[in-house]
Amino acid sequence: MTAGTAALERAALQPAALEFRRLGKSYLPGHPVLHEIDLAIQGQGLTAIIGPSGTGKSTLIRCVNRLVEPSSGQILLDGEDLTALRGRALRLARRRIGMVFQEYNLVERLTVIENLLCGRLGYVGAVAAWLRRFPQTDIDRAFELLDAVGLSAFAKTRADSLSGGQRQRVGIARALMQQPRLLLADEPTSSLDPKTSVEIMGLMQGLCEARGIPVIVNMHDVELAKRFASRIIGMSGGRVVFDGAPTALTDDHLKQIYGGEGWLE
Amino acid sequence: MSAPGSTAPAPGASRAAFSPNWLGRAGWLALLLYCIYAASLLDVTWSRFVIGLDQGAKFLDRMFPPNFSRWEAVLKGMKESLEISVLASVAGILISLPIGVMAARNLMPGWVSWPARALIAVCRTFHPVIVAIIFVKAVGFGALAGILALVIASIGFIGKLFAEAIEEISLKQVEAVRATGASFMNVILFGVLPQVFPRFIGFSTYQFDSNVRNSTMVGIVGAGGIGAPLFVAFQRFDYDVVCAILLAIIAVVFCCEILSNQVKKVFGEQRVAASG
Repeated sequence: MTAGTAALERAALQPAALEFRRLGKSYLPGHPVLHEIDLAIQGQGLTAIIGPSGTGKSTLIRCVNRLVEPSSGQILLDGEDLTALRGRALRLARRRIGMVFQEYNLVERLTVIENLLCGRLGYVGAVAAWLRRFPQTDIDRAFELLDAVGLSAFAKTRADSLSGGQRQRVGIARALMQQPRLLLADEPTSSLDPKTSVEIMGLMQGLCEARGIPVIVNMHDVELAKRFASRIIGMSGGRVVFDGAPTALTDDHLKQIYGGEGWLE
Repeated sequence: MSAPGSTAPAPGASRAAFSPNWLGRAGWLALLLYCIYAASLLDVTWSRFVIGLDQGAKFLDRMFPPNFSRWEAVLKGMKESLEISVLASVAGILISLPIGVMAARNLMPGWVSWPARALIAVCRTFHPVIVAIIFVKAVGFGALAGILALVIASIGFIGKLFAEAIEEISLKQVEAVRATGASFMNVILFGVLPQVFPRFIGFSTYQFDSNVRNSTMVGIVGAGGIGAPLFVAFQRFDYDVVCAILLAIIAVVFCCEILSNQVKKVFGEQRVAASG
């Protein structure tokens, strides 16, 4: 445990590094969803993965924290192969990876503050969690993050009485409670209206930049991706077909990513 | 989203919104015929019913006024019944919690859930009175046999419904808690239990009510509680004493139902919001 902590502290001095090596995934044998993805994401900034529905974006980022089991290849976070981890080692790796979900995935019957403290569940024992005995530093951080996402007044409100935008703010705060090395966001704005989507993306980008946490976001909305991302990865048919700065993304690329061209008019 | 239908009928033909369910109609008819057959076989006729009414009137006449002269025995039996039901409920609920979690097929691998489900099925197979007879033979006369019988009944009922409640939860919430690196126990505590806790309280209070009723009955087979004096009073044709005991049972069951409703109010919906 101490050796691991020391390694983490060393690594924390440098920006997080995530690398996909020939990553493949097939849900059905012979029908790969991901074709040997090679990608390196270094340092901070927001990386947007765009592409049509069903092209493997979600599968790709869910392979990182192993909510989906990769079929082949490797994923390295700070040099550690995440695909080889089992049991406790996997849980320790997951603690360092925050995740924001399309449908927020808050625990509906828990209060906002309890949902935030879920982000610390990798660090507290079962009895302490059951009795809600979280360390005071965790509770203080939870209230700070609640201030940062503008929901201080809702600490003891149940999650199921919040609006979509408020829920996603809680989702972001919960992920940041983990003090992650890396934040994954799986279509974080797809269930939100355009105005709230911009607010949520701005909030996520701002909070993560201030903390030096790199963000990888799956999204449909090309304009939103161009506005907030420092790097865009375009996927089509389980392959990376574009990788570059938002300014380099042309209509030709979009045709290649999404197919057709009528929708671009 | 809706695909245009390609099965439009020929113009002029009327379209039926509901197709006749011949199999269902045949089933209803078969049930009706069987009821008539069974009634004829068992001498369930109007004249038999009238004879029964006559006897019932005599029985009622001998029941009133209720005879509370043996109130000490009634009180002692009632107290024992209540103790049996409370102990059996607490033990049964505590045991059925882990068994219910283990039996949930969406959380557990088959090699855990199937044995747990089999155990629940065995607990549900027999009526509490049969289980009570078995325990009376196994551990001897008295309250222990009654408690064990009702623990088994509680595990069968709460375990099954609790497992089913867990199988209906939203796995998205569980996934999010798991993604934070939480241990399995913490995933259960924060991802699963909050989703099923109000229903668990509902099942538990229902089973407590049920245990209170059943605890008055296991005494008939010698497993402790008010059932034994009741049975003795019946056999001696002391129907006024029977009436007194029945009134005592009604009072206790009624009080317990009020109590469970209060428990549901306190712990059911608001519990999670209140703890914060």
